[in-house]
Amino acid sequence: MTRSRLRLAAELLGPLALVGVVALVAAHLSTSDQTDAINVLVTATIVVGLYVFIGNSGVISFGQISFAAVGAFAAGIYTTPVSTRQTTMPDLFGFLGRPVLTNLESLLLAAGLGALFALLVGLALMRLSGLAAGIATFAVLEITYNILANWEKIGPGPTTLASVPVTTGVGQATIGCAVAVVVAFAYQRSRSCRLLRASRADALAARGIGVSIVRHRLGAFVLSGAICGFAGALYVHSLGSINVTEVYLALTFSTLAMLVVGGSQSLWGATLGGILLGILSSFLTNAENGTTVFGLSFTLPNGLSSIIFAILFVGALMLFPRGLTRNREFLAKALGERPARVGVVLGSGGKPGDGSVTGDGSDGTPAAATTAHVTAVADPEP
Amino acid sequence: MTVLGYLVDAVSLGALYALIAVSVGLVFGVLRQVNLAQGEVITFGAYSLWLMRTLPTWLAIVLCFGVCIAGSLVLQVAVFRPLRGASPLTTLIATFGVSYGLEALWLIVFGPSGNTVSMLTNLNDALVGGAVALRWITLVEIGAAVLLLGGLLLLLFRTSLGMRMRATAEDLRAARLVGVRIGRVVTWAFVLSGASAAVVAVLTTVQTPLVTPTFGLNLIIVALVGVVLGGMDHLGRATAGGFVVGFVNSLLGSVLPEQQLVFVTSLTFLFVVIVLVLRPAGLLAPRGANVERV
Repeated sequence: MTRSRLRLAAELLGPLALVGVVALVAAHLSTSDQTDAINVLVTATIVVGLYVFIGNSGVISFGQISFAAVGAFAAGIYTTPVSTRQTTMPDLFGFLGRPVLTNLESLLLAAGLGALFALLVGLALMRLSGLAAGIATFAVLEITYNILANWEKIGPGPTTLASVPVTTGVGQATIGCAVAVVVAFAYQRSRSCRLLRASRADALAARGIGVSIVRHRLGAFVLSGAICGFAGALYVHSLGSINVTEVYLALTFSTLAMLVVGGSQSLWGATLGGILLGILSSFLTNAENGTTVFGLSFTLPNGLSSIIFAILFVGALMLFPRGLTRNREFLAKALGERPARVGVVLGSGGKPGDGSVTGDGSDGTPAAATTAHVTAVADPEP
Repeated sequence: MTVLGYLVDAVSLGALYALIAVSVGLVFGVLRQVNLAQGEVITFGAYSLWLMRTLPTWLAIVLCFGVCIAGSLVLQVAVFRPLRGASPLTTLIATFGVSYGLEALWLIVFGPSGNTVSMLTNLNDALVGGAVALRWITLVEIGAAVLLLGGLLLLLFRTSLGMRMRATAEDLRAARLVGVRIGRVVTWAFVLSGASAAVVAVLTTVQTPLVTPTFGLNLIIVALVGVVLGGMDHLGRATAGGFVVGFVNSLLGSVLPEQQLVFVTSLTFLFVVIVLVLRPAGLLAPRGANVERV
C-alpha cells in the first residue's frame, strides 16, 4: 500500500478508532457514567458538524447550534405520545400533533430539517465572510432561540419538553457519531470540498480560476446543518427531555471551543477536540454537583467549567491557533505528508501560516497573492 | 404616558446605546477588531458600584471610572496584544470566549440572583409627573451622552491625539510611517472606551439597580446590532446606529402589546441579517463602500 493510501486510511480510521475507544470504555461503565459517555459522543457529533462548515470553509458560524435545536425539538415532539403532546403543549399546530415517529424516522427527520433550515439560512448568508458572517450567524442563533423560547405553537416554549423516549444508548450514540465522521470524511474527499478549501486559502485566487465559492460554501453549510440536526435528535433521545436554553449560547461556545482546541481544519482535530474536551466538560459538570475522585470528594463552584473552557479556548487561539492536532489529519505527518505551503505564502492577514479558524483569506493582499495563486488551489494531497 | 413621554424615554435609551456603541467603535476604529468583552467591562463597573456601596456616592463613581478604565486596559494587554496581527474574526471569537468566561466568573463571585445597587435613587423620581411621566434619570442620560459625545468630537477633531487616532483609523501602517506611536493611540482608545463604559455602568445601575452576571452582555449585543446597522467602519455612523437601535427598541417596547413584545428580538436580528446581506457596510454608509464578501 502506498503512503498516500495509508494516509487516506488513517484519515478515516483515526477518528473512528477514537470513537470506538470511547464506546468500548462506555460499555464497561456504570449506568450514570454511561450517560456522560453518551453525552460526549453526541457533543463530538456536533463538533464534527461544525467542522464540516467552519473547518472546510474558514468562515465562522455561531449559528450551527440553531440547526441542532431544530433537530432536537422536531425529533422530541414527533416521538412523544400524542396524548402527552395534547396535555403539555395544547397550542401546538395541527401538523405537529399527529404522527408518532419511530426512533430512526425521527433521527432522519431531524437531519432533514437541519439541512433544510441551513439551506434557507445559507442561501441568504453564504456571500458573507469574516466579521459579517460571524455577526449574521449569531443573529440566526438569537432568532432561533427567541422563536423556540416563545412560540408555543411550534413547541414547548420556555418550558422543558419531557417524556421523550430515551432511545439513544451507547450503541446508537457510537453509530451516530461514526456516521457523522464517515460523512465528513467522504465530503472532504469530494471535489466540492477541495474547491471550498482552495477558497479558504485564498478567496481571490479561487474565484480567479472560476470556483463558485458561494455554491460550495452552501453545500458545506447544508451538510453541516444536517449533521447538527441529526446530533440534536441524538441529544434529545439520550436525555429524554430538552429545554431551549440547552441548545443556545453555552452549547455554541463549548462546541466551538472543542473545535478550536482540537484543530479546526482537520477531521481528526474536530473528533479529538470534541471527545477530549467533552470528557473534561462531563467531569467538570459532575464536579460542580459534587464528585469523588480517588476517595477524595469535593464540589467545584457552579460556573467553573465555563471559566476553564474559556481559558482553554482563548489560550488556544493565542498560543496554538492550529489546535492540538496542528490542523493535521491522524498520523498525516508520520506518514509523510508535507505541510501545505499555501498558508505560509498567503496567510490570512494574520501571522504567516497560522492557519487558524479564521483563515478566510478575504483580507489577504491581492498584490502579494498573485505569484501564489497557482499553488493556492493545489491541495497538499499528492 | 403620553407620546412625549415615550419619545423622551426612547431618546434616553438611544443615548445610552450610542455611548455603548462609542465604546465598541473607538477600539474598532483603531484596531479593526470587535471587542465583545466590552460588555463585561460595563458589568465589572456595575459590580464595583455594588462593592463600594458604603462609600460616598461621588467617590464610588470616580472609582467606577478607574475600575472600568483599568478593566479595559487589562483586556488590551491580556487579549488584544497577544492577538495582534490575528484576523478580526479570531479576535471576535476570542473576546466572545473572554466574555463567556467572565460571565461565569461573575456568577461564582456575585451569585446568580443579582445584587441591588441603591445609588442616586432620587434620580428615578418624577421630574414631570402625571401624563408625561418624565424621570430625572432620563434627562441625566441624555445630558451625559451629549456631553460625552461632544467631548469626544472635540478630542477627535481639535487635539493632536484626536488627529493621531483618526490617522490610525484611516490607515494604521501609513500612520506609523509618519511617526504616530500606534501603541499609545491604541492605549488611549482603550482608556476612552473604558471611560464611556463607566458612564454606561453608572447610568444603567441608577436606572435598573439590579446587577446580574449578564448585565453588560445584554447591552453590548444590542449595541453591536446598532453598530452593524450604522456601519462599523465609521465611528459617527456606528454611534448613530446605536442610537437608532435604542430608540426603536424603546418605542416598540412601549407600543407593542406584551405578547408580541417577546418577538422584538427576532425582528431586530432579522433586520441585522437583512442589512448585512444587502448593505454590508451599514445602512448609513454611502453606496459603494468597500465590504468584505465573496
